[in-house]
Amino acid sequence: MLVLQNLSKTYAGARGRSVLHGVDLTLAAGEYIAVMGESGIGKSTLLNLIAGLDRPDAGNISLDGIDLTGIDDDAATLLRRERMGFVFQAFHILPYLSLAQNVALPLELNRVADGEAARRTQAMLAAVGLAGREASMPRELSGGELQRVAIARALVHRPRLLLADEPTGNLDPDSAAQVLALLREQVKTRNAACILVTHSRAAAATADRIVILTAQGLREGG
Amino acid sequence: MHAPAALTFSSHALSRAALLLAPLAQHKGRLAVSVLAIALGVALGYAVQLINAVALNEFSQAVRSLAGEADLEIRGPRAGFDEMLYPRLARLAQVAVASPVLEADAKLPGRRDSLHVLGVDAFRAAAVQPALIGDARADTLDLLRPDALFLSPAAADWLELKPGDHLALQVGLAEVRLRVAGLLRGGGRERLGVMDIAAAQQVLGRIGSISRIDIRARPGADVAALQLQLQERLPPGLLVERPQSDLQRNANLSRAYRVNLNVLALVALFTGGFLVFSAQALSVVRRRAQLALLRVLGVTRGGIARMLLAEGALIGAAGAAIGLGAGYFIAAAVLAHFGADLGAGEFRGLHPDLHADPWASALFFALGVLVAVAGSLAAALEAARAAPAQALKAGDEQTAFAHLRPAWPGALLLLLGAACTLPGPVGGIPLFGYLAIALMLVGTLALMPRLATTVFGLLPRPRGAGARLALAQLQGAPGQAAVSLAAIVASFSLMVAMAIMVASFRVSLDAWLEQVLPADLYLRTGMGGDTGFLSPADEARIAALPGVRRAEFLRVQQLLLAPGKPAVALLARSFGGDDPGMRLPLVGESRTPRADEPPPLWASEAMADLYGYRVGAVVQLPLAGKLQRFTVAGIWRDYARQHGSVIIRRDLYAELTGDRDANDAALFLAPGASVDAIMRAIRAGVPGAARLEFGSPGEIRARSLRVFDRTFAVTYALEAVAVLIGLFGLSSSFGALVLARSREFGMLRHVGMTRRQIGAMLAIEGALVSALGLALGLALGWVIGLVLIRVVNRQSFHWSMELHSPWGLLALLAAALLALAVLTALASGRRALGVDVVRAVREDW
Repeated sequence: MLVLQNLSKTYAGARGRSVLHGVDLTLAAGEYIAVMGESGIGKSTLLNLIAGLDRPDAGNISLDGIDLTGIDDDAATLLRRERMGFVFQAFHILPYLSLAQNVALPLELNRVADGEAARRTQAMLAAVGLAGREASMPRELSGGELQRVAIARALVHRPRLLLADEPTGNLDPDSAAQVLALLREQVKTRNAACILVTHSRAAAATADRIVILTAQGLREGG
Repeated sequence: MHAPAALTFSSHALSRAALLLAPLAQHKGRLAVSVLAIALGVALGYAVQLINAVALNEFSQAVRSLAGEADLEIRGPRAGFDEMLYPRLARLAQVAVASPVLEADAKLPGRRDSLHVLGVDAFRAAAVQPALIGDARADTLDLLRPDALFLSPAAADWLELKPGDHLALQVGLAEVRLRVAGLLRGGGRERLGVMDIAAAQQVLGRIGSISRIDIRARPGADVAALQLQLQERLPPGLLVERPQSDLQRNANLSRAYRVNLNVLALVALFTGGFLVFSAQALSVVRRRAQLALLRVLGVTRGGIARMLLAEGALIGAAGAAIGLGAGYFIAAAVLAHFGADLGAGEFRGLHPDLHADPWASALFFALGVLVAVAGSLAAALEAARAAPAQALKAGDEQTAFAHLRPAWPGALLLLLGAACTLPGPVGGIPLFGYLAIALMLVGTLALMPRLATTVFGLLPRPRGAGARLALAQLQGAPGQAAVSLAAIVASFSLMVAMAIMVASFRVSLDAWLEQVLPADLYLRTGMGGDTGFLSPADEARIAALPGVRRAEFLRVQQLLLAPGKPAVALLARSFGGDDPGMRLPLVGESRTPRADEPPPLWASEAMADLYGYRVGAVVQLPLAGKLQRFTVAGIWRDYARQHGSVIIRRDLYAELTGDRDANDAALFLAPGASVDAIMRAIRAGVPGAARLEFGSPGEIRARSLRVFDRTFAVTYALEAVAVLIGLFGLSSSFGALVLARSREFGMLRHVGMTRRQIGAMLAIEGALVSALGLALGLALGWVIGLVLIRVVNRQSFHWSMELHSPWGLLALLAAALLALAVLTALASGRRALGVDVVRAVREDW
């Protein structure tokens, strides 16, 4: 489903920092992998390239047969809107929207009819354990609950690929374990592929396999 | 052991300074806008203050040099009074010296400005007003010669004359040539000419008449008692005053104009304060977590508030310092190009020098700091009030300024504002009117969060994700919307108010001119000076001209009715057999006196305000040294004079005073007669008619409206500055709000919103917020416009006017501002999306 071939990225500057070099990766539908690596090695750059938010200097990225390196910004945005979901370390829940409105955001962007959107939003909130909290505002929630809302928002439009960047970085161990379990369960239930970027060995251990990002590219981890 | 302690102390002091300065330095652009806004307000206010102070100072010097060492002055109507009074007063035991003076503003042929001419008794004046004695070393008898005139150095410079040259004065329609015998020994910087009093009476056609008697009391005499003693001996219409009263009277002449200009300048400063309010409030929202961290680390609530107020004070101090410098240069430039009267004509003839007054400088510096600190107050209190644990959480920005939502403070301020429209003026100044405007402004701004919640809550759910998000953002953070709009609502409402007031005034003035100029041709003996007049023979010649169907003549005199108050204009006019009630622009009721009542008098609105004249009341006017009774038959609108005027029938005036001269004439032409032909006939048939000024109603109207527009050009300029500051505020607020939301935009880009969609979302937000602000500004401006018309103008200038709202112009202005606001929002969005918003969502990079 997702194929990365010989991906390279160098940032311009006085000393031209090479972040990614010769990265290859293949990901099948329903597969859940964890990407680990030291800080600054380029994990977030890798996610940006896969999401079409940045362009590689060399190599190819293909999602469901669509070459992301050959499409413009608007096309990449549409692809992201329809086929990808995101979970961030800092949640990024819009504070001025209710939980239901936050979760429904991707459906709104994908022009899903209001009735259908409401039904799916309600079901998704129930799936992450927040049934009946549709009208609550984000400031009323704990960190763990906010990350559940983020997972619901990431999956409500049934994406093919979920990108999670340190989703448990701001959570206590108990909440982290619950969120990771929920993430895995939802990904598997919906047969979506998932790339989890993390520093945490415990978090990575919940994935089907672990890959390590190094200066020389990706290699299989433990 | 001492060195480390010193180091510790200095590093502590440094960290506090850094804590204060670092946030300011972080956003230099917004800091610069705030500082500039304060600087602009201070500069304008300080410049107006400097110009006013210079003009009044010059005037005070002029009064001092003219009055010399006099303890008391006896003044009367501009036309003068019987000189026989002088010997009677001079003989009083307590009077050391009495010096009679004849004063006139002599019209100079070919010039618009007149020359102030004084006729003095050199022997008496030497003891009281030595500055008014000419330097007659060449020929002492010149002090007494009937053709000799001594000029002040300023007058000689202005007229480009030197001793031995000749100067022509217009008296009636004739010219009188005088020889410049020399220069005055003193005379300050004012333009004046002095001659022997007997010669002046002869030359100016005022035999037996004087205008003033300056009195020096005997050493040790009780001047106050002497003043009372003298007043008892004076005929009606004459007042005995201290010389300072003249200064006060002349200061009063222009006081309302000067205060209004000051207030207009302060509006710019006021708007600057709102901009500081916006900037500081948004800064507090942006730094909410940082400030909460400081609280966690041990800074008290008071400490946070003091820190933010100190930031405001720093902004104010910087702005005020720049403003004082700029204000000085603006004042210097204005004085150099327009003179001290700013075009109002009150201080014509004076040559002022500019001096920076330390008290005014300190006052405006303090005002600048105060306004900026006041602007920072809400933000400081909000930051101090925030609970640190809650404020550290993401998304808590939404609760910032939530306490602004209760409606009662705003409603209370609006009610107080409405109540302040009721009291009368304080010392002739509409202080409560200004206070009402300020309260209404602040009250509306305090109500804005509640209004925003209500209005945005009532809007239907829009189509499209961008629009829905925009509306949700506005509904979720109404306090922030209100904060960002403060400056633009303030400036736009004031601009709307001024536009309504000026339009109402202009339309009313136009209608008034239409009514008071019914004739086909007008002629006058001269704008400048009071020595030009039409004699009865001139009148008869004009009235008898073929083609003149009817000629109405007007005599204008000045009466002093109360100490310290400016002179009142007495207009003695004929109505050509018409009903005066139909010819005059009367306001309110009118009545015709019964046969057993005194004859009618029509008083201007200023007479009603300043002297309490009411329709039906019997009033007394001093005419020719006697009090004459009149019945107030109506109140009329007089846009030409703000200090009061009365109209009586000319035949009655002539009967009571013996004065049969006239200043102006209105000619109604017979069918078929041409204006040009009549003008030619007058010039050919009336001696000296070349010195008459002619005007058709159309020309006079056009000229009057041109003068009106020029006068209000200063107002427009100051208002434009205020709106400019408001737009700066809007732009700066949008920019700050949008930049603070870069993470939100990053997330939205991730979940699939295009740049265009985010841009549209921001444009919709900008449009909705600005539309609300402009709608509120329009409504508030209309109310403030009413206050300006019904309270401020009425109390300042004693003019009423009909309300005319230039809706077309206002709609155009609002549309332009809305477009600018949307463009600003788009530009802010472009800037915010230009930075790597994708990175903004990542904590780990």
